Amino acid sequence: MTNHWIDIKNSDAVLIIGSNAAEHHPVAFKWIMQAKDNGATLMHVDPKFSRTSARCDFHVPLRSGTDIPFLGGMLNYILENELYFKDYVANYTNAAFVVGKDYDFKDGLFSGYDPATRKYDKSKWAMETGPDGGPVIDPTLQNERCVINLMRRHYSRYTLTNVSDVTGISEENLLKVYEIFCATGKPDKAGTILYALGWTQHTVGVQNIRTSALIQLLLGNIGVAGGGINALRGEPNVQGSTDHALLYHILPGYNAMPSAPWQTLAQYRKANTPATTLKNSVNWWSNRPKYVVSLLKGWFGDEATQENDFCYELLPKIEPGEDYSYMYVMDKMYHGKIRGGFIFGVNPMNSFSNTNKMRAALDKLDWLVCSELHNSETTDNWKRPGVDPKTKKTEVFLLPSAHRIEKEGTISNSGRWLQWFDQAVQPAGEARNFADIYVPLFNTIRALYKAEGGAFPEPILKMHWTDKFVADEWVRRINGFFWADSKVGGKTYKRGQLVPTFGALKDDGSTSSLNWIYTGSYTEEEGNKSKRRNSSQTPMQAAIGLYPNWSWCWPVNRRILYNRASVDLNGKPFNPKKAVIAWENGKWAGDVPDGPWPPMADRENGKLPFIMMKDGHGNFYGPGPADGPFPEHYEPAETPLARHPFSSQISSPVYKYHTSDMDQIAAPADPRYPYVLTTYSLTEHWCGGGETRNVPNLLETEPQLYVEMSHQLAGEKGITNGDGVIVESPRGRVEAIAMVTVRIRPFTIMGKTVHLVGMPFAYGWTTPKCGDSTNRLTVGAYDPNTTIPESKACCVNLYKADKLTEIG
Amino acid sequence: MPKTFLIDTTRCTACRGCQLACKEWHDLPANETKQRGSHQNPPDLNPNNLKIVRFHEYLDTKGDVVWNFFPDQCRHCLIPVCKDVADMAVPGAMIRDPKTGAVLTTEKTAELAPEDARAVIDACPYNIPRLDPKTKRLTKCDMCIDRVSVGMQPICVKTCPTGTMVFGEREEVLPVALKRLEKIKTRFPKAFLADMRDVSVIYLLADDKEHYYEYAAFL
Repeated sequence: MTNHWIDIKNSDAVLIIGSNAAEHHPVAFKWIMQAKDNGATLMHVDPKFSRTSARCDFHVPLRSGTDIPFLGGMLNYILENELYFKDYVANYTNAAFVVGKDYDFKDGLFSGYDPATRKYDKSKWAMETGPDGGPVIDPTLQNERCVINLMRRHYSRYTLTNVSDVTGISEENLLKVYEIFCATGKPDKAGTILYALGWTQHTVGVQNIRTSALIQLLLGNIGVAGGGINALRGEPNVQGSTDHALLYHILPGYNAMPSAPWQTLAQYRKANTPATTLKNSVNWWSNRPKYVVSLLKGWFGDEATQENDFCYELLPKIEPGEDYSYMYVMDKMYHGKIRGGFIFGVNPMNSFSNTNKMRAALDKLDWLVCSELHNSETTDNWKRPGVDPKTKKTEVFLLPSAHRIEKEGTISNSGRWLQWFDQAVQPAGEARNFADIYVPLFNTIRALYKAEGGAFPEPILKMHWTDKFVADEWVRRINGFFWADSKVGGKTYKRGQLVPTFGALKDDGSTSSLNWIYTGSYTEEEGNKSKRRNSSQTPMQAAIGLYPNWSWCWPVNRRILYNRASVDLNGKPFNPKKAVIAWENGKWAGDVPDGPWPPMADRENGKLPFIMMKDGHGNFYGPGPADGPFPEHYEPAETPLARHPFSSQISSPVYKYHTSDMDQIAAPADPRYPYVLTTYSLTEHWCGGGETRNVPNLLETEPQLYVEMSHQLAGEKGITNGDGVIVESPRGRVEAIAMVTVRIRPFTIMGKTVHLVGMPFAYGWTTPKCGDSTNRLTVGAYDPNTTIPESKACCVNLYKADKLTEIG
Repeated sequence: MPKTFLIDTTRCTACRGCQLACKEWHDLPANETKQRGSHQNPPDLNPNNLKIVRFHEYLDTKGDVVWNFFPDQCRHCLIPVCKDVADMAVPGAMIRDPKTGAVLTTEKTAELAPEDARAVIDACPYNIPRLDPKTKRLTKCDMCIDRVSVGMQPICVKTCPTGTMVFGEREEVLPVALKRLEKIKTRFPKAFLADMRDVSVIYLLADDKEHYYEYAAFL
């Protein structure tokens, strides 16, 4: 989230899209209800009418996979009607930047496309540069290659007719949402966009979210109270796991993963430390070397020295262009290239797309280690229905895991708050938390390396490690220590003392931090700030529900990111009644500002608000994503359409996929699979249900797999409510109980009726007679930036079942 | 003055926290249920579910979807007919706690003849009591009398995250109910407080009672 949960109550218009907030965040939803109490309009745009829709002012059904047309239409509406916040756009965004001459867009393809590799040469999208290497800016906006002019041209194609045709939303309903949301383009109004996996799990997932950034920048809704782009995180600590780089593509704190061309720290620094020519741009990432060296120091301690590049050479380097994400790991496994491994904290044999392939892939392993609360579809894959366990060679080591209430530590919530939780009870039996499994395991491996040597023992032997896991120690290590006596602002710190703030981190080996964005969370002066439960606040903070002394929030306890964009050039809040920060008597009041510098009217010392961007401006045009500098509509990899109105490029030209015999993808408008399937979770079960299906009272409320469909489709197929149904895709066949409902309605798309059905993915065969994985249907087609599978849209057929074997 | 609940259905998200918390607090076992084409599960009140959320959906005259949620429970009537009927057969089978207004079934309900137990159930205008075939007792919501008598809120109220449920002294809750009604009426002109004068559990309904549940209101 750019903002935080409580802040939603400050909004004038709440657009919930790609999220079922009431069902998946039932407690936090109270803040959305408070927005409504305060007069906001709540709008839910989603394929199905859900419990969220029931509490909104209105629901607008959209065909799954058409969020970009819906939002592109809103961009066109804003630009054509000049509803954008002009001062904000002029001063704080790259609207006036001039794009390089190589940029082009024709019939759904940006310049630089290579069909052989399905990749773009992104250098074609570079900005125009001046003699100093910096951006060319035309404040008059006369240059037709100004970002705003290119953006206007790009989205002029997103007419109401085209958008309505492809989304299935009536023009009247489109205008209803556009009018209400775009009214927040005024300085004293704010609109928020709340999204979740309904946006990410698409072949255009990243671009779905970028489209919202374009809208929110145009309307001046970033940095303000009640605004922002707010990812509603599902797993309680998914924010923390992202920050700490659970995935392969980054190092903790959003630093690039070392890559083969960067063999030395100097090469890494050169490639990843941006420089700006704009004097009033903070360019915060110019500090990156301090954070990376402090990270290395945290990992390798006294072994990390200036002379040995702080052990940078011990880090693994990825090959450029290689994909190491879980879908690629599973594909390698399917092809017999992986012999064994650990699967912790996830149930891929139920939750990963194209589950039949996943299950076949897991069979190829010689050994597997899992740690779980309950047996799952993954731990028991070798004896799943329809297979003879004797033919499965995998030796499974199942370690009993502690439940989250059986351990202590921190969770980072959606609003980036770091919150300490205590252990409620001791783990039962021999169960341990993950750290108490990993730490002794690592130490055993280390002892073996020490005794016997090995191919490359140094990373293991030189690691600054621990004998026993203590959560408090790791919160301190994440914050970071001084490794040499140091002075910060006149105060002296001894070696071994905690670093007070990331401003004090150095690239000379005198500091460590396992994650720079958390530096300042645990200090000598104030202790462990994740334990703070103090609700005191100033009247200005009280006006927007900001509690600076309650827990702690990254970065530096800043509760609303980019808050320098909430004030005018003189530091005066655009909305004085809901001021986030204000420049008063030569200093900032309110939230922790994005840096101490004065407002921009001070031409000498004032700074631009978007401090994480090299040139300090919010970016409408972004040459970073793999699939284009402007979001463009492409149909899902599987689509009921043979064509769409925006280009002849049906699906994304760069989405990723695999080509094994188990990776079938139906052609556009394949008559064998005429219906759109979208998948989701539900309040009563937790993700894939591995935990909650083992809680009898929860299973009582939602006992078995269902498929929600309209009365019209049920009528066509001779299905009545409660019937058993078979759902089929090119990849699998799933049994479900028909839930025939007015909450799902047929769409009229390009003049034709398109039916959509929806299924939860919470059921698996280890719970008897409840049904089995819905993801046996979903498609192995992935976003080109993140490789997230398109679980939210694929094509299926369905018919009434003669008999059911998975559900009883 | 008895205790009173306000259940403002316009704030309910049907998360079923109340339904689950009720089971947990009363230590009631799970029923084996089936998916029958509805989210409402278990389908009805039963000795193991003293509170359930009922779901009702339809298309209104404009063609818009309406999905109403009704967290159903005993109304703890100010003059409980069920108690009178039970008393006629077995005195003391049911009691009304004078301090809280909680209408309670006692172990003596097991002494009710089957036809008398049936008469008690049929007497309830809200279709609440259920006969436990194992203990032969009548069962229903007990207002969490164990909690309330020591100054705590009923567990369903404590659990509700959205402010759907308000619990307190009747003279405190009634003004809240009337104020909420006034506000809701601007959007839902049909909104009303169901049987407000006769019950301790007052539902704020935004729609005709049939669009929640046939027994959602008596009058």
